[in-house]
Amino acid sequence: MNAKEIRELFPILNQSVNGHPLVYLDSAATSQKPVQVIEAVDRYYREYNSNVHRGVHTLGTLATDGYEGAREKVRTFINAKETAEVIFTRGTTTSLNFVAQGYARNFIEEGDEIVITEVEHHSNFIPWQQIAKQTGATLKFIPLAEDGTVTVQAAEQTITSNTKLVAIGYVSNVLGSINPVKEIAQIVHRHGGVIVVDGAQAAPHLKVDVQELDCDFFAFSGHKMAGPTGIGVLYGKRTLLEKMEPVEYGGEMIDFVDLYDSTWKELPWKFEGGTPIIAGAIGLGAAIDFVESIGIDAIREHEHQLVTYAMERLRQIDGLKIYGPEERSGLVTFTMNEAHPHDIATVLDTEGIAIRAGHHCCQPLMKWLKVSSTARASFYLYNTEEDIDALVKGLIKTKEYFGNVFS
Amino acid sequence: MSSLDDLYRRVIMDHYQKPRNRGEFEDGALTVNMNNPTCGDRIQLQMKVEDGKVTDARFTGEGCSISMSSASMMTEAIKGLEVDEALARADLFSRMMKGEASEEEIEEADLGDIEALQGVSKFPARIKCATLAWKAMEKGLRE
Repeated sequence: MNAKEIRELFPILNQSVNGHPLVYLDSAATSQKPVQVIEAVDRYYREYNSNVHRGVHTLGTLATDGYEGAREKVRTFINAKETAEVIFTRGTTTSLNFVAQGYARNFIEEGDEIVITEVEHHSNFIPWQQIAKQTGATLKFIPLAEDGTVTVQAAEQTITSNTKLVAIGYVSNVLGSINPVKEIAQIVHRHGGVIVVDGAQAAPHLKVDVQELDCDFFAFSGHKMAGPTGIGVLYGKRTLLEKMEPVEYGGEMIDFVDLYDSTWKELPWKFEGGTPIIAGAIGLGAAIDFVESIGIDAIREHEHQLVTYAMERLRQIDGLKIYGPEERSGLVTFTMNEAHPHDIATVLDTEGIAIRAGHHCCQPLMKWLKVSSTARASFYLYNTEEDIDALVKGLIKTKEYFGNVFS
Repeated sequence: MSSLDDLYRRVIMDHYQKPRNRGEFEDGALTVNMNNPTCGDRIQLQMKVEDGKVTDARFTGEGCSISMSSASMMTEAIKGLEVDEALARADLFSRMMKGEASEEEIEEADLGDIEALQGVSKFPARIKCATLAWKAMEKGLRE
């Protein structure tokens, strides 16, 4: 794939920020959007905006086709068995909270175990911490290896026959580590539990096959994979989704409503109360078409080359420390002796370079790493080696700047 | 780098590198803990208040150059001030960060080193760093 040609499809990248060409290295927070996605959303609003599933009129049919067509695209993208297992949500956070409130809260009891890790993003951490508090279940953590990765052995030692639920991120948004979720799923199932996978940092960057992983729930967001914000997906196995309670009651999700009781629509609509995120779903469908036109494996390979190059160049900067394992997804988290992460991000911003600084919604992991915050550069299909060269140049400038004012 | 120089004035770096009043009181003091949840900066501010006057202040914490230098300057500035005066300073500082304080007002207040932080107002993402210690002071003295 040719990243330079791909860049042309992202209008936002063609601009100057603070007098320098924009170098966008914050795709793990949110990715930029190609014209195909922007136009798909624009076309929906200009040409066939209408509510779905109820209108008899032509626009209503077009909107329903667009919305349900996007569901089928998601199904193929993650290789779910059927579209009934694909629920549209507001994003990964909502998806994980749905599982926590609709499934875990009803099936987890005092004395059961919930297993997570300290690497989790707050959105795959707090829901389980709170469910444990609400149900009286025990919250357990798979101990991390020295480089912050989750090993199959450690999972094996932590998960027991009391473990009812394991929630784990596929790819860490801080360390870039790719966790062995397929192997962990086997362990969980052997003990009779369910596994929930936070796929927010995985779906945009590597091939996800929910049947091959054999995960019970899988959550991801559209906006990190070239789609719009406000749309995400919860995949769940049919048998579990059928047992799961709706979390949001209202229009569009009911079968019959009586004075003292109601029944729900069939899957997946029982979880989609209210007017759904129609434009978002259509935009996500366009994003999937776009990603598939390039090929997820080609994207992974491109990011692998970029991250390898970035690690090699960053290591040459004296006093810069990289966190996480060698083999990783397309991001690098680091600190510098001379400057605090926020100061690094501010200096880089004056050079037009956008990175992220802070705790990355991972306070428990920051504690584990014994740092209060870190800086992170993350890559996507539109990034090039020139972007990394600009980053390195900016970091050397930061180092000199802070070195000088201190001397 | 001129805008950067505005942000990171030498005096700010001096306070960052050699923070004044860093530490804790061993005996009792008015203690406030505050953090900036979006970035992880945190501060523990301790103040000695006697007869309506701030007689001493110390801080510990972790954060960027702006938040830590601001804490250092703030603790210097409030020593010896009446509680009301300290609160008025906090208010002026907050307005200064939002670009709402007039030149005359700033000049009249004779802020000393703190004036160096004026450049932060041009970096909206960093205003919260500068105001952390001041918010802690305000919270402590109001309670």
